[in-house]
Amino acid sequence: MSIDTVQHAIDDPDHAQPYAELGLKPDEYERIREILGRRPTSSELAMYSVMWSEHCSYKSSKVHLRQFGEKAPKTDALLVGIGENAGVVDIGDGWAVTFKVESHNHPSYVEPYQGAATGVGGIVRDIISMGARPLAVMDPLRFGPLDAPDTKRVLPGVISGVGGYGNCLGLPNIGGEVVFDETYLGNPLVNALCVGAMKHEDIHLASAKGVGNLVVLYGARTGGDGIGGVSVLASETFDADGPAKRPSVQVGDPFMEKLLIESTLEVLHAGLVEGIQDLGGAGISCATSELASNGEGGMQVWLDRVLLRDETLSPEEILMSESQERMCAVVAPENLNAFMALCRKWDVEAVVIGEVTDSGRLTVDWHGERIVDVPPRTVAHEGPVYERPFHRPTWQDALQADVPDSLPRPTDAEQLRATLLNMVGAPNLASKSWVTSQYDRYVLGNTVLAQPEDSGMIRVDEETGRGVAISTDCNGRFAKLDPYAGAKLALAESYRNVVAGGAVPLAVTNCLNFGSPEDPEVMWQFAEATRGLADGCLELGIPVTGGNVSFYNQTGETAILPTPVVGVLGVIDDVDRRTPMAWGPDGELIYLLGDTRDEFAGSEWAHHVHGHLGGMPPQVDLARERLLGEVLVAGSRDGILTAAHDVSDGGVAQTLVEMALRSGVGARCWIPDGIDPFVFLFSESAGRAVVVVPRGEELRFTEMCAARQLPAHRIGVVDSGLGPDSGYDEGTQVLEFTGQFAVTLDELRHAHESTLPAVLNS
Amino acid sequence: MARVVVDVFLKPEILDPQGRAVQGALGRLGMEGVRDVRQGKQFVIDLEGDLAGDRAKLMEKLAGELLSNPVIEDFTMRVEA
Repeated sequence: MSIDTVQHAIDDPDHAQPYAELGLKPDEYERIREILGRRPTSSELAMYSVMWSEHCSYKSSKVHLRQFGEKAPKTDALLVGIGENAGVVDIGDGWAVTFKVESHNHPSYVEPYQGAATGVGGIVRDIISMGARPLAVMDPLRFGPLDAPDTKRVLPGVISGVGGYGNCLGLPNIGGEVVFDETYLGNPLVNALCVGAMKHEDIHLASAKGVGNLVVLYGARTGGDGIGGVSVLASETFDADGPAKRPSVQVGDPFMEKLLIESTLEVLHAGLVEGIQDLGGAGISCATSELASNGEGGMQVWLDRVLLRDETLSPEEILMSESQERMCAVVAPENLNAFMALCRKWDVEAVVIGEVTDSGRLTVDWHGERIVDVPPRTVAHEGPVYERPFHRPTWQDALQADVPDSLPRPTDAEQLRATLLNMVGAPNLASKSWVTSQYDRYVLGNTVLAQPEDSGMIRVDEETGRGVAISTDCNGRFAKLDPYAGAKLALAESYRNVVAGGAVPLAVTNCLNFGSPEDPEVMWQFAEATRGLADGCLELGIPVTGGNVSFYNQTGETAILPTPVVGVLGVIDDVDRRTPMAWGPDGELIYLLGDTRDEFAGSEWAHHVHGHLGGMPPQVDLARERLLGEVLVAGSRDGILTAAHDVSDGGVAQTLVEMALRSGVGARCWIPDGIDPFVFLFSESAGRAVVVVPRGEELRFTEMCAARQLPAHRIGVVDSGLGPDSGYDEGTQVLEFTGQFAVTLDELRHAHESTLPAVLNS
Repeated sequence: MARVVVDVFLKPEILDPQGRAVQGALGRLGMEGVRDVRQGKQFVIDLEGDLAGDRAKLMEKLAGELLSNPVIEDFTMRVEA
């Protein structure tokens, strides 16, 4: 096979090239020709096609994502902002934390186990390339209906993949979400988050500085897996054609990743590295062009030096390969021997593939012949940017007008009781322990809170107890009803989950999962959601530090629910002061904070009981969320709260049931005057939490709420002795709603915990 | 009586972490010059009667869809009398 060199491209300018098959549009191909002043070589075409794909270039989302920078609230906590591999936040005591979430949706549909596993691997490498030691991972997951046949194919594979990779790597999986909805059938969402910590002085950035410095590729060898995965897998909608078109996916090796973590951190701490970059989507094309753009502007690469698993790979394939567990470092010549020695110590193969230059060009040679000669910024940063047309969907008004007010509601105590048992077993509200018990949640011994708690909390400093809490949330139904409000509600819920544990929110990451950006109605959803998230972050005073966009999540013409997953990270001075969700002994008082309104549009009740989606989502009041946050954090710091739990999907009823099941102790609850029992139990009004206060602290607590004008209603008392009163045996634990109904914790547990096993174990 | 033997291997372009681990161990235990190791699995299926016609087609189909994962694995099938 002859190699298409730069000289060849000059000599044979009219050679027809398969740009369309590589996902480039005619005008994009023309632009490449303009930039280069000639036709690209096949290797250059490969590089541009992967780097200009939606997944790598953010060409449809860029104009909207700018708001996250422009509207960012002023904060001293942000050490590294958007644009690097992951944002870095100061958490005090000289510690910095970095966190990010990414999507691996399409690979996980094609090959659930490996797709999900390599999703975890990829996000972990993002974190180590900042110089941080990974502390924990989390996985927000979304699937089609639980009882759909394809969910039985996809879900177990994804869960095993997440668990298998993370468990082998020795990282605890501390939370995330598992959500079911019709629109995710045929397009599951597999998002992966990683959080890592480092001392301030250990922060590293991806840039190739210092002319003459060497570019070292280390880690696993390059093979023929996942070639073109970026452009084909992540950027085009699936056809209905089935397996024949399935492209090759990658297989990950968590044990190699572990060696990569240790070797990378050691070479960074030894000061042997000038710049570092992980290899993810677009492989060597991405790493070399980004490192060169961010540094001196030039780089010479000898591509034939790359260590291969398969000697027959062509240069184009080597440039595009997405083989896992590889990293690229820029090393000064005098440090090379020490760098190589540390790689050998960790049994990691490494080879010098290039050198930093000031030529302003990224040049790649293959056995002495020049096959790439491009300005690196045009590959990495100056790709196409689209102002995609968008407009409010024609069906949006009708959807919002279709309010759930006329849906039949339970009217008597018996119906309310049946509704409660039905709801706690709904797939979206049922216990997810079938999933989370496959993850190691406590390895490394620093996990403070993990699923089913509100947030995942990890101790960062073992001496002072300083730690971080993270939650990811999104209700895609709310986002469908109103993407602007839906994004704010996702942010509010995530924020609430972090403050419920007693941590102070510091930063936001996101994974924006949407349908095709070429559909103006989907683009409107995206524009509205990003605007809502940026405005919300400004109101809450916490910046977006990074994130990820995943488009083309649709099957045929049907897009998924707009799903802007929002992750909030908070800091807690001492994890010993955290607030868990289980209440304590008899006599403790249960309070509901916030206002409850008749809000059922997009609720789990409307979805699960009636299959209804319409109306306007719950009101979102971020000033109120901040106030609630202040009370929950102060209550945790002052030690006056035994427990706290956020109210969201499924309403107050779900919150109380989860708290009772977590503690194993019953409670007597009552419905405040002037509110309909059904609305009280199942409405999904935002800005609320249930807290539990010891009797001795009641006055202090209520005064604190009154001083801040936060509504606080006493709605119950912990009571383990309700069995005989309700007609059950002595010792039976009962959740009673006085004047309405009583239900045993055993009944609730059975309803709550049998849903997933009943389907997935059959 | 027919014996069907199906060998399943990861596709050549796919990383085989177990094969790599075995390759490393062979080297450490003194086996020099090991260029590559690929680990696979073998199914031995004893059937009553012959394997021919539609039955052979079905076996071939199941080897591709049940015994192997077509996304990342290749299989070979042979019949031993």
